[in-house]
Amino acid sequence: MAATEQTVEQVRAVTEQKYKYGFTTEIESDLAPKGLNEDIVRFISAKKGEPEWLLEWRLQAYRHWLTMEEPTWAMVDFPKIDYQDSHYYAAPKAAKDKPKSLDEVDPELLATYEKLGIPLKEQAILAGVEGAGEMPAVAVDAVFDSVSVATTFKKKLEEKGIIFCSISEAIREHPELVRKYMGSVVPYSDNYYATLNSAVFTDGSFVYIPKGVRCPMELSTYFRINASNTGQFERTLIIADEGSYVSYLEGCTAPMRDENQLHAAVVELVAMDDATIKYSTVQNWYPGDENGKGGIYNFVTKRGACRGKNSKISWTQVETGSAITWKYPSCILQGDNSVGEFYSVAITNNYQQADTGTKMIHIGKNTRSTIVAKGISAGKAQSTYRGLVRILPKAEGARNYTQCDSLLIGDKCGAHTVPYIESRNRTARVEHEATTAKISEDQLFYCRARGLSEEDAVGLIVNGFCREVLKELPMEFAVEAQKLVAISLEGSVG
Amino acid sequence: MLEIKNLHATVDGKEILKGINLTINPGEVHAIMGPNGSGKSTLSYVLSGRDGYEVTEGSVTFQGKDLLAMEAEERAAEGVFLAFQYPVEIPGVSNTTFLKTALNAVRKHKGLPELDAMQFLKLIRAKAKALNMNDDMIKRAVNVGFSGGEKKRNDILQMAMLEPSFAILDETDSGLDIDALKLVADGVNSLRSPERSMLVITHYQRLLSYIVPDHVHVLAYGRIVRSGGKELALELEAKGYAEFGSPEAA
Ligand SMILES: Nc1ncnc2c1ncn2[C@@H]1O[C@H](COP(=O)(O)OP(=O)(O)O)[C@@H](O)[C@H]1O
Ligand SMILES: [Mg+2]
Repeated sequence: MAATEQTVEQVRAVTEQKYKYGFTTEIESDLAPKGLNEDIVRFISAKKGEPEWLLEWRLQAYRHWLTMEEPTWAMVDFPKIDYQDSHYYAAPKAAKDKPKSLDEVDPELLATYEKLGIPLKEQAILAGVEGAGEMPAVAVDAVFDSVSVATTFKKKLEEKGIIFCSISEAIREHPELVRKYMGSVVPYSDNYYATLNSAVFTDGSFVYIPKGVRCPMELSTYFRINASNTGQFERTLIIADEGSYVSYLEGCTAPMRDENQLHAAVVELVAMDDATIKYSTVQNWYPGDENGKGGIYNFVTKRGACRGKNSKISWTQVETGSAITWKYPSCILQGDNSVGEFYSVAITNNYQQADTGTKMIHIGKNTRSTIVAKGISAGKAQSTYRGLVRILPKAEGARNYTQCDSLLIGDKCGAHTVPYIESRNRTARVEHEATTAKISEDQLFYCRARGLSEEDAVGLIVNGFCREVLKELPMEFAVEAQKLVAISLEGSVG
Repeated sequence: MLEIKNLHATVDGKEILKGINLTINPGEVHAIMGPNGSGKSTLSYVLSGRDGYEVTEGSVTFQGKDLLAMEAEERAAEGVFLAFQYPVEIPGVSNTTFLKTALNAVRKHKGLPELDAMQFLKLIRAKAKALNMNDDMIKRAVNVGFSGGEKKRNDILQMAMLEPSFAILDETDSGLDIDALKLVADGVNSLRSPERSMLVITHYQRLLSYIVPDHVHVLAYGRIVRSGGKELALELEAKGYAEFGSPEAA
């Protein structure tokens, strides 16, 4: 996997900061006091040296958020979140909240790292152990060969005029682009979590692909190193100008731990005429222990606008982590002949809950969308597919195909399918298919009679069940995802 | 090779096998014939370790080891193979992936190195060709959309790949036309060797003119009621199973 500019940026930021402060205690003072109010919003904006318009936008969002209620319609259940009990700015993360050594980390998590073949040093970083990331340059070298690889990578993109950087850097270096597009797909008033994100987002990625350019490599936020610094409120903006193409990878297969329980990211995609954006996610946040303790709440707003004619946005996601997932990557098919796709695998085990799906809004003529959602539930987990297909009156000849399959392992878990279909054009065609199945005893025995252990058999059968989705992932990601699918379900049978 | 002593087994609390005794030596092919519902498939499941088939009495020794103490996958790795009466479909999993995973699991158990993708492909192509299976068939999902005959051939391909020392063929002939039957029988015969034993379960004599057994047994209502040479199959074909009584009598 190639390195990104973002990583280079991060490494530099951390090393510079260390150099500048010398003591971790002083870095600690970079922590905003607990709580959320207008001063905190101003504090974040000032820390990041933002222009006035952005501060205004944040404040508008914050004031709007105060008028909103936390949504309750999703089929998930969790104790009320105290929004005043968090720090909304910490750079880098406070050491005192971290585990002091690997001994303090959930042994299950460590066992998983071992199975994925992650070296000990990196395990510590992933688990957020205090001081583990202190020599990031070394760790980066271990992962990416050397920093020079990252530099070559960056140069290659620059030659093509591609911008790939952190959103903070984009705000500084390309304010006109950010101002034009940020909030144009997910307005600050969109929903409770997106609005909160708009007020307090700390960082994320920015991509701009110029007209006619095909991005020569997968852009990726995968970086194990990055993991320990990922913000609680990430904001990502990807713009593909006319006739361009980009494939973007988010996440990583190694389970990531974070002291911040709530993660509310916003991702906005914009595709102009004839442009294509392929966005792939492997989400494997800490799901909590087998009793459901700990674990991340992942409340994400992801939306893509197919603004131009013949544009295409394709979401592929493999969701195996988090205690609670609330996520509906969507496409607004505005340009005529534009295409939206959603391929999803959501695995829930133990006490995990996932309410995920998509929205396809057909506005332009002959717009097409495809939805393939595979939900796997094991243990006491609950998984819901929630999908909206809306065809507006002008969407002549629009088509949607939805296929929604659930697989249950054991009899204490649940799978639910909630399709919403609204068609206001008579020429549109909407098809929906749904199935629910259990892993059959016949299949398990057939595999075992050929020498496969029960766990390997489950892994194989589930991977087969997910194949249509996994084959949409870029090659190297797909291989890792397959391993992950099998590992996520270990201990779910027998 | 295999020694079954006074084997009793129940399914859902109902006794199906009521004291089976059978010894199979290396290289021998034994046929088990019998009326429907006599317990032939049950015997094959008990030997291959399916959950839910409870042994209440007796013992089975396989190559000197206690077979009944092993999990299904251990038995497979030790060299027991069951060709299913109804091979199972696994959607989305290609035959090659399935077989590669299985073969490498078995090789690992035997302390052999895993085969890489190239070695494996070469091997499976050669074996498939012998069974008149084309590339398309080995790439397709396991048994999905296969005809009855294709499924059976697919199971024999798996056997050819895994090279078991003891194979149970449960009504492998059912659903096969005469050409497919010959192909399958050729495949099975090519695997006959002085080290490999087989238990061929069938309802009809037909298969046994292609796979000629050393011994034939009649299983009726949970017991072996008669044993003989290959000519016993012909006799049964002519007379049927009526003389072996009814379930009530058993
Ligand atoms: N799961 C089960 N529960 C109860 N009875 C069963 C079950 N499976 C098989 N049987 C019974 O066991 C007997 C033997 O079945 P089987 O071994 O399939 O016979 P065969 O293969 O000789 O036709 C039959 O009477 C059948 O109805
Ligand atoms: Mg039978």
